[in-house]
Amino acid sequence: MNSFPARLIALSAALLLATPRVWFAETNPSATTVESNAELSGGKASVFDVSPKAFGFPVPGLNEDSRAAFFVGHSFFQRNWVAAGPPVPRAGLGPLFNARSCSACHVNDGRGRPPEPGQPLVEVLVRLSIPGTDAHHGPLPDPVYGGQIQGQAILGVHPEADIVATYVELPGQFGDGEAFSLRSPTYSVTNLGYGPLAAKALLSPRVAPVIVGMGLLEAVPESELRAIAEQQALEGNGVHGCLNSVWDVAAGKMAIGRFGWKAEQPSVFQQTATAFNEDMGLTTPLLPQENYTKTEATVCETKSLTGQPEVSAKILHDVVLYSRTLAVPARRAVTNANVLRGQRLFQQTGCAVCHLPTLHTGDSDIPQLAHQTIQPYADLLLHDMGDGLSDHRPVFDAAGNDWRTPPLWGIGLVSTVDGHTFFLHDGRARNLTEAILWHGGEAQASRENYRTLSKSDRDALLAFLNSL
Amino acid sequence: MKASPVLISIVLTCLRIPPAAGGADPMAKAGVPELKRAVIANYAAVASASYQDSLASAKKLQSAVDALLAKASEKTLAAARRAWLSAHQTYSLTETFRFYNGPIDQVEALLNSWPIDASYIDSAADAPDAGIVNAVSNYPTISRALVISLNAKDGKQNISTGFHAIEFLLWGQPPGGRGAGNRSWHDYAVGAKNVQRRSEYLRLVTDLVVEHLQTVANAWASGDRDNFRAKFVAMDPNTALADVLMGMGALSGPELSGERLTTAYETKERSEQQDCFSDSTCDDLIANAIGIQNVFLGRYTCLSGQKIEGSGVFGLLKQVDPDFAGKLSAQVSGAVAAVHDIPPPFDQAILGTNQSPNRIAMKKAITALQTQSDLIAQVVKLLSIKLDL
Repeated sequence: MNSFPARLIALSAALLLATPRVWFAETNPSATTVESNAELSGGKASVFDVSPKAFGFPVPGLNEDSRAAFFVGHSFFQRNWVAAGPPVPRAGLGPLFNARSCSACHVNDGRGRPPEPGQPLVEVLVRLSIPGTDAHHGPLPDPVYGGQIQGQAILGVHPEADIVATYVELPGQFGDGEAFSLRSPTYSVTNLGYGPLAAKALLSPRVAPVIVGMGLLEAVPESELRAIAEQQALEGNGVHGCLNSVWDVAAGKMAIGRFGWKAEQPSVFQQTATAFNEDMGLTTPLLPQENYTKTEATVCETKSLTGQPEVSAKILHDVVLYSRTLAVPARRAVTNANVLRGQRLFQQTGCAVCHLPTLHTGDSDIPQLAHQTIQPYADLLLHDMGDGLSDHRPVFDAAGNDWRTPPLWGIGLVSTVDGHTFFLHDGRARNLTEAILWHGGEAQASRENYRTLSKSDRDALLAFLNSL
Repeated sequence: MKASPVLISIVLTCLRIPPAAGGADPMAKAGVPELKRAVIANYAAVASASYQDSLASAKKLQSAVDALLAKASEKTLAAARRAWLSAHQTYSLTETFRFYNGPIDQVEALLNSWPIDASYIDSAADAPDAGIVNAVSNYPTISRALVISLNAKDGKQNISTGFHAIEFLLWGQPPGGRGAGNRSWHDYAVGAKNVQRRSEYLRLVTDLVVEHLQTVANAWASGDRDNFRAKFVAMDPNTALADVLMGMGALSGPELSGERLTTAYETKERSEQQDCFSDSTCDDLIANAIGIQNVFLGRYTCLSGQKIEGSGVFGLLKQVDPDFAGKLSAQVSGAVAAVHDIPPPFDQAILGTNQSPNRIAMKKAITALQTQSDLIAQVVKLLSIKLDL
């Protein structure tokens, strides 16, 4: 030690790990510009794992109680539930359900994939309603099948139906003449178990999204989102996002929607309880009713647990905490020249207007989530995405053409974590290029800007997206 | 006969350690940049030897499974179970090489996934016709491609292959949910229901474990100019060292302290243990902790007895911050001791009140591993703070 000048040792040590890159985030204290922290997509709630487990880590530095809840929540997220019967943990599945576990669709806390053409949907569910609205201005469920098609059922109960996607190729061309093809889905309902669907039934397929960083998005103050919407309206360039206004069950009043493809859920708590209920047939203290309708009750009623909610308040809390505190993967290659060029093009083409790079969190009961500068690349607002993407099914204030800007953080790791690159709400896009090219409506101009870029510029933009 | 070439290769692997990387003492006087390179080279040697041992143990398991399937008996089943315990414990030493998208991360989901829904693979309590083995009409042929395609299909607990699939096929479910499983050797004898399919399944998943460990061992083998190891030792030393620390820290904190101990401690569910069929979880936890210690100290003792001793993270830290090095060193030894102090069997250790000695020991291990992870994180913090000087 003595043979080295202290300063030299310090410098050498510093160079050892100039870029901290562990499973926790540390802001480089020498950083003086925003760009220096560009990799910390989730602020202090970022992690640096790039393996197939990248979406599955807790926010660093959780206190002991939260950490315990995280890992219990993790277990209940991962593992299969079983039908009501012997008094075992995780009993009460169904009678009607889409999946036996959360992880069946949120594979490795990541994205579901659409099935091979012609195969029934599993990691993609189908919401269902009929024209009109319910007492809270929400979608009106089908009188026989309810608000969602459950394609599976426990022994002795008929599943509701199978949904099968078939695709038609729509050819197109980039500005430089290179050909592309988009596949346009058509969904058909087969094996209906309880008679016909309502005559004007509205169906909306939804892929399970990546769920990292939800606690951060929940902590962004409503005022910031409203200000973004106002700013977009003010600029008047055809982009005018708006907040959905949805029913908050626990509060018993309307609230802004943040989660779900149509921003139809006000909180991670309600999102989680709804998923337990609709997707798995599990009751919770928030939603104590089973998901079957009166018509279905004749076969379903005897197969349900009665009395206590199948998911206890404690387990619901832990799964919600788990979902809120899944850390956001840090970016990779932030100083790569091609990535930086792609980042500029992302701005120049107008993508960044809705896929807004930066949001700020306010107060939170979890210190690591509070007062963070985060980079979800989303404004959480509803935008008209055009007829091509429309599901023609309104949800509260979201019309058929409206979709919430989904966060892009972690998008470059989806192929590592989930082994595929199917994107958009129903997984129709086979890669990021197709996902961009499906954009229409308010995003039509940006889409055209992208379509007419040179090949090398398009590649740079993709390199940027893959660094997220 | 199968073992001897493997044994030779292990010895060769261990002998192939370049002299420059060996011996902590000479390196103590070298400069930090040189020391970094030495730590990385030695880490690669430890990883390689660890995987060679893991591969060799898996091949012994393969032989034992072959013997069981050739002639099922109490004896051949017991031998296969012993071979599994040894193979899995040896594998557990290598888990510190996960979590940075290295060679193991490409195949880990097919190699060591848990927990398993037993009824996904074969008949289970209250479900005599369950599982892929008995699903003759859905899956007429049990094939390698089928087994791989069904792994984690429609849920993370739907595990079709890897060490724990083999474990279930060798032990079966524990009677009454406690202790080890009591599957009879008759399940592999003529006359058992779907015996050919079960036998083929066990053979296939055992072969897959060997196959996957072979790819990882190859990726870490010395003397290959194009494999992962060659790239790893040649890459920016800062990046490589970050990977080293990532593997240690992520295993210690989120994985061991969190998923493997906290979940079981909080839920008191016996199925929340990695080796719930063989009831050998405690041994594997100890091996996991020792694996981290091996990397920290830069040492490994091969199954052959050959020792690798070189520069580890500890040696590097001593150069940079001797106080912190001492603190982390004590924590690493403490974590191994704390895990060792969990009284087996694991499914009993999680029961009782929080004041019971077994749960106090569990909690100590949970804390020790989390603190170890936090300190490993500080290694990076410590060094990057000095960037400002």
